[in-house]
Amino acid sequence: MDAKTTLLEKAAVLEALPDHPAIKAILAWNPDALTDAKIDRGEVTLTIAPNCVRGAAATVKAAGYNALQDVTAVDWFPSVPRFQLSYHICSHAYKNVLRLRVMVDEADAAVESLTPVWAGANYYEREVFDLFGIRFEGHPNLRRILMPDDWTGHPLRKDYPVEGYR
Amino acid sequence: MPDVGTPILEVPVAEGSRDQHMVLNMGPQHPSTHGVLRLVLEIDGEIVVRIYPEIGYLHTGIEKTCEAKFYQQVVPLTDRVDYLGPMANNLVYSLAVEKLLQLEIPPKAQWMRVLLAELTRINSHLIWLGTHAMDIGALTVFLYTFREREEILRLFEMISGQRMMTSYIRIGGLALEAPLDFLPRVQAFIKGFPEKIDEYSNLLTGNPIFMNRLKGVGYLSPEDAVALAVTGPVMRASGVDFDVRRDMPYSSYEKFQFNVPVSNVGDCWARYAVRLEELRESVKIVQQALDGMPEGPIKADAPKIVLPDREQMKTQMEALIHHFKIVTEGFAVPAGEVYQSIESGHGQVGYYVVSDGTAKPYRVHMRYPSFADLQALETMCQGRLLADVVAVVGSIDIVLGEIDR
Repeated sequence: MDAKTTLLEKAAVLEALPDHPAIKAILAWNPDALTDAKIDRGEVTLTIAPNCVRGAAATVKAAGYNALQDVTAVDWFPSVPRFQLSYHICSHAYKNVLRLRVMVDEADAAVESLTPVWAGANYYEREVFDLFGIRFEGHPNLRRILMPDDWTGHPLRKDYPVEGYR
Repeated sequence: MPDVGTPILEVPVAEGSRDQHMVLNMGPQHPSTHGVLRLVLEIDGEIVVRIYPEIGYLHTGIEKTCEAKFYQQVVPLTDRVDYLGPMANNLVYSLAVEKLLQLEIPPKAQWMRVLLAELTRINSHLIWLGTHAMDIGALTVFLYTFREREEILRLFEMISGQRMMTSYIRIGGLALEAPLDFLPRVQAFIKGFPEKIDEYSNLLTGNPIFMNRLKGVGYLSPEDAVALAVTGPVMRASGVDFDVRRDMPYSSYEKFQFNVPVSNVGDCWARYAVRLEELRESVKIVQQALDGMPEGPIKADAPKIVLPDREQMKTQMEALIHHFKIVTEGFAVPAGEVYQSIESGHGQVGYYVVSDGTAKPYRVHMRYPSFADLQALETMCQGRLLADVVAVVGSIDIVLGEIDR
């Protein structure tokens, strides 16, 4: 995929990439899981329904996206839904990176943990829990990782000040 | 501030734990933990049952700080994350922002970036080799590797004015033209360096103590390596053949000829062998960069993003205005999100930069390899002797600055 390609519509992406292994696998598994898709600067982003994260992750893993690289979040405060979870998954066979994007609401900021699919999601999910306060259901040890255990608040939220008192 | 659940405070006790197991703290001020790493070890006699790494002692909130800075002001922050590989950090951040901006980088800047990234890898591997051997008890090697590292730091000082916090690779190119005698001096260093690698190898490869401490210790299977998000030399020593430089090339790495050393053994010795071989490959890449160094500018042609030449700024009105605007207001970056990976000395570094169209990054996330490598520590040490923990921690080459950020 050329680094200049930009397609922001799901229909356009599905048309441009009919043979993309991850898109094909997700559509075959559960067409409702894929709520949106875009190609921005050559990077493929698939938006997944919040209740289908683990299934979608297992599906793309089986489709060749074998190595989870990174789990992180973006706080779009005050938009609703507030949090965007970004999963970056590398494929050693296809030699590219796929981004799964999940939007979660502040009121019930929780998604399924990916630790049963990739054990390596453990620390990354703890980091997101620590710094954003998003809970991961089914995580074996969801504790703070960078901040002290008795810290209050979640520093990477946008309503948490960069300097001064909380 | 809404509170999202209360944190679970106690360390969960593993199933099968018995009363006679002892809990032992290693660190955070332990000489073999390479910084402020605290390992809570559950041991049965001398055998490691479980390891709970406790990190965060060096957490300075760099990702949060980035959100309050202009794009160009983030470059010096990235130096301080992995403090042993400053050029690699500058490079990955610059590449990510350049991808957002869709900037074309001139060939000379790209080749200089490759040259500097490889010198950084040599620097990082030299520190690993010296400290790893020192942990095992071979004190001499440290003095040898720091002799060569000193020369690399002098080269960095020559080109950027700083030994460690270089901030030399900037958004849109490089900070300055290299001094005239820089490339000949890199050439002189690179010419003598393969001999030096042989010297280290002579000190360690046949050394029976070193072999006994590393061979068969800290085994990591290829499946576990990928599942635990381990990357870089540790993953390649477990037999997974993937290197970002070759497989997802950036900064014109596709124009260089080099091998990717891989071993199928998966123990600490394999990691030693792979890294030693990587040093030799880095020498080859630097030599190719020196031989084929293109002529031309070192900055992209983007006057609203790249600071103007000092001389132009003092003589041309337009350049002065651009300079003033960039310094006081920064430059707006089109909205979007990018993820850029590179191969640093430790493994795959990924920067995730989200822009909302303003002059400050909305979110910068730094994925560093040591963070993931630490997860694999328990798998590598379980059922082994306590003394092996020191060898394994040394062999995965962690830098706490990049773990805690």
